[in-house]
Amino acid sequence: MDNFRDLLIVLLMLINLMLLASSRIRYCIKIVAFQGLIVGLVPIFAAENGIGIGIILTALCVIAVKCVLLPILLQRSQIIADVRREVDPFVGYTASIFIGIAALVISFWISTRLPQMEKQVSHIAAPAAIFTVLSGLFIIMSRKIALTQVLGYLVFENGIYLFGGAMLLENGFIIELGILLDVFVLVFVMGIAVFHISQEFNHIDTDRLSQLGDWNAELPEEIKK
Amino acid sequence: MQMLLISLLVFFIGGVLSLLFSRSGRIASIVGAGSAFVASIIGLFPALHSLFSGVSQQLRYPWSMPCGSLSFELDPLSALFLTPLLILTALASVFGAEYLRSWSLKKSLGAPWFFFNMLAFSMIAILLARNAMLFIISWELMTILSFLLVTFEHEKKSVRTAGWIYLVAAHVGVLFIFVVFIMLGMKNGSMDFDKFALPPGSIAAASLIFVFSIIGFGSKAGFVPLHVWLPEAHPAAPSHVSAIMSGIMIKMGIYGILRVFIYLGPPHEWWGWLLIGVGALSAVTGVLFALAQHDLKRLLAYSTVENAGIIMIGMGTGVLGVALKSPLMAAAGFAGALLHVINHSLFKGLLFLCAGSVLHGTGTVEIDKLGGLHKRMPWTSFAFLTGSVSICGLPPFNGFISEFLIYFGAFYSISSMNGAHVFSSSAVIISLALAGGLALACFTKAFGMIFSGEPRSGDNSRFHESSPSMLLPMLALSSLCLIAAFTAPLTVSAFKYMLPQLTGMTFSTSAKALDIIIKPLWHVCFISAGFFLWLFALWLLRKLMPRSEVVEKTVTWDCGYCRPNGRMQYSSSSFAQPLTRFFNFFLRIRTLFKGPRGIFPKDSHYMTETPDIFEKGFFAPIFARIHDFLVLLHRFQNGRVQMYIMYIAAMLLILLIWKLS
Repeated sequence: MDNFRDLLIVLLMLINLMLLASSRIRYCIKIVAFQGLIVGLVPIFAAENGIGIGIILTALCVIAVKCVLLPILLQRSQIIADVRREVDPFVGYTASIFIGIAALVISFWISTRLPQMEKQVSHIAAPAAIFTVLSGLFIIMSRKIALTQVLGYLVFENGIYLFGGAMLLENGFIIELGILLDVFVLVFVMGIAVFHISQEFNHIDTDRLSQLGDWNAELPEEIKK
Repeated sequence: MQMLLISLLVFFIGGVLSLLFSRSGRIASIVGAGSAFVASIIGLFPALHSLFSGVSQQLRYPWSMPCGSLSFELDPLSALFLTPLLILTALASVFGAEYLRSWSLKKSLGAPWFFFNMLAFSMIAILLARNAMLFIISWELMTILSFLLVTFEHEKKSVRTAGWIYLVAAHVGVLFIFVVFIMLGMKNGSMDFDKFALPPGSIAAASLIFVFSIIGFGSKAGFVPLHVWLPEAHPAAPSHVSAIMSGIMIKMGIYGILRVFIYLGPPHEWWGWLLIGVGALSAVTGVLFALAQHDLKRLLAYSTVENAGIIMIGMGTGVLGVALKSPLMAAAGFAGALLHVINHSLFKGLLFLCAGSVLHGTGTVEIDKLGGLHKRMPWTSFAFLTGSVSICGLPPFNGFISEFLIYFGAFYSISSMNGAHVFSSSAVIISLALAGGLALACFTKAFGMIFSGEPRSGDNSRFHESSPSMLLPMLALSSLCLIAAFTAPLTVSAFKYMLPQLTGMTFSTSAKALDIIIKPLWHVCFISAGFFLWLFALWLLRKLMPRSEVVEKTVTWDCGYCRPNGRMQYSSSSFAQPLTRFFNFFLRIRTLFKGPRGIFPKDSHYMTETPDIFEKGFFAPIFARIHDFLVLLHRFQNGRVQMYIMYIAAMLLILLIWKLS
């Protein structure tokens, strides 16, 4: 049981690295959906006092949202906006992998310095959670297309969820459900925004949206690039 | 006081109503201008009453604003500034209703009228406020509303630039005003004016506050070198707004300096010298640049700088008189300055309205494109003439009286003080005389080029006189200029109520000093009246004389050319050239000249422009450096959401690592 749980967590970390290295959006959506499934499963395997109905219901809920509902919504947006891949990210894919590895190292270092929990599920759960959070943030920062950024938010949220689940925080699940709702609304709004942006501009590059602001017009040429 | 509150309420309600009716330009204009007119008339009664009876009234309400309280007071000093404010607002609103009508199809007039009414509202609030918080809020309101009015034609790039310059200049000033009030309020921990006090023996603090108040309020009053916004903002604003801004709003700066001065205790001598120095610089620089301008409204804006300088010189003479314990010099200086506040708002308001009328009738205020307007716009021409005569300080109009008082103070100090202060007093006299002479040249140029001669541009068939509702306010101001001159002794005698406050003299001393000053004023009035009657008699004689000779009409400029045209006339730059060339070391006029060449010369042209040396030589380099530095920051604030998220994430990560290690 414990081995299977650790396997899931390792898989989660690998998924992060895969996400950092892939440019095709449909593939990314699938990976994130898979990550959602794993994240939903971890608490079930981590439960020590037996599997209660509450835990199962939460897990089902999480899996339904993260693995089914949101990916479907995202996929629809992807089809509507007709973007296949993130062609020109701010940080290249090879560099992203290296940064991801650096983030992994930092996460492990941070988790050794964290105050020790008594009921820690697994010694790699905390670094994995921090790593997921960091890679989600990194995706938000380094990618241009709105859809990839939404994926970044999802990964970010997965990390938080895993952290809560792994640390078995009190009332963790209630907070989790709150965050889940936030993410759901966020994806919803982003979906609408992506749809409208692609209708207006024929692209969904967020960096070009900055041209809508009027102060940007006075930027010197070399900075605009 | 209650009536003033009612007046404030009418301003406010009228503004909001015109905003509500903004769908129809006509109704918005009628409501906005009408309420401004009514409110001004209502407010005028208590203002005049307080000015001439010396009564002050207070009102105080608690306010939830930190450090703030709604304390108002109407005292003679406030009333002195309130009176021209309300007169000019009333007349400018009547003028503006007609003036703005040509825009009613293009843009909504509700907002401009709302801003106009609220501008008057905020200025009244400034004058009545007796709490620093209330004062600064009203001050800021005035700045922003006037900015919004300046950018009325915001679709033009030049107007937007002017608006920016104005906004930046105004806020640099506010910074210093904040410091002034904080320093004054520190001792008693209260921002109410009546609790303002300086710790005893804090001479340095008082001097610092005084200098800061000159910088802070001076940026509004238009002292050199803080005047750079005036020649930009006044031409950009609609003319009735320029009239308000130039006539009254810059006086708020003067008022601020005087109000702060009251709380500073006995002044030092060098305060007076500083005021005189800055004033002389403003007066001479302002009028020199006015002389070199080609745009009528820019010219008037520079002339405002000059007059602010004259007021400053008067205040400097007054402060010097207080410091030297000479009641007569103090009274003459302050009386001249205060009277010039009223007078300048009357004739500068009049001149800006005339400029508006010219712009309305011809579509331009470029002096070199106009000419011969006296035939097309006789009433405007008449009004402009009276305004010009007033502003040049010529009798029998009001500008003469206030400058006379300042001269009086300066000459008195030379003759009575055994030559100890010859230097400062002669600086006063010389700069006033120089400014007066140059102003005469400047307005001769403006009036002569615009109203006499022949039209300089070909297309002048649509030039027309303005309608009565624009002319009436102008003529009312013209007659007020004359009335103010003849009632000047009465006005000056009313200053006895505010002089004790300003100078620290007892009531009887100041009244006695004023009595001495008023005596020659009566003489001036009688002589002026005689002169006026004499002119009238001459005119009557000319009218009644039998016309034996045949009156023949011909073109003004003929000169023996076979086909003369308007462009052969003397131009405004050629008129001003002898003087501007003399002062060119200072003015730095830029000339673009391409002379005719060859046997059959084709194109040749000549152009001069006079950029403001303080703007180009002082502020532009500073702001360019600041801009260069801030552009570096654009690398960090580059409009990319991704970067901003990175800053937050990196910061949090660094904090986390720092906390854990």
